[in-house]
Amino acid sequence: MPKPLTITTPGDRQIVVTRDFDAPRDLVFLCYSRPELLRRWYGMPDWTTHICEIDFRVGGKWRLGQRSPDGYELASQGLYTAIVPPERIEQTEYYDDNWTQGGTVNVLTLTEANGVTTATMTITFTTPEARAAAAASPMATGMEIGFKRLDALLAEEQAS
Amino acid sequence: MNPSEQLDATFIALADPTRRAILARLMEGEASVNELASPFEISQPAISKHLKILERAGLVSRSASGTRRPVKIEAAPMKQAVDWLEKYRKFWEASFGRLDALLATLQTPINIDKPSKKKDEPDA
Repeated sequence: MPKPLTITTPGDRQIVVTRDFDAPRDLVFLCYSRPELLRRWYGMPDWTTHICEIDFRVGGKWRLGQRSPDGYELASQGLYTAIVPPERIEQTEYYDDNWTQGGTVNVLTLTEANGVTTATMTITFTTPEARAAAAASPMATGMEIGFKRLDALLAEEQAS
Repeated sequence: MNPSEQLDATFIALADPTRRAILARLMEGEASVNELASPFEISQPAISKHLKILERAGLVSRSASGTRRPVKIEAAPMKQAVDWLEKYRKFWEASFGRLDALLATLQTPINIDKPSKKKDEPDA
């Protein structure tokens, strides 16, 4: 069974996603920082990751692009602003269509206890309006397209 | 309000624990301001202030007539915010489900990847 995910919207500009993993945090950190690993898990089901460029150092640029089965493309990029292996990654993110209105600052923290790693991702928008606007955005639309077969996929994963 | 402003107002309304508690109470049925104030250690004017924010977000409404003027919950705007967070949740659940599988693979010694005979199977 997948571990439960929590999503909260504290304050008026943030979204916080928390999840546990049955793995040491060094390994979870690697999965976030190496492009060949990141592309294997991040993104919408059925979409292909056609761009995954990562210059993993402070000030380094990253760019991720995904394509839906019917050809819709969604890409974002940003800079790494702080890296503390294996516990913290801070990065900026701007979508090509600027639907997050000025981008977001994404902070990932990893803590480990008894072999379980807790990942906490805090996404901070520039304004409350920007956070709300993201909801009416291509991301939400794109997710809708991408999730058509998600339930089946999740059921498969849970059955295996 | 356009849909984006509506969501903004909804999130601001939901960000406060007292307002979430008021909404939870109203899910059980309509209530007067006095009834809403009683479980909280804050004044009735403070409750009224929270109600104004909830009303602005369209999450609750107050009937205009009668002395009791009961407050009731409005489901539609609430659903819009919940729906969006649900999509967001599914995105991360799917990604993290694949990350689980990847982490399991990375922690598996390479020789276990080869098909192995069951213990009780005789050698061919």
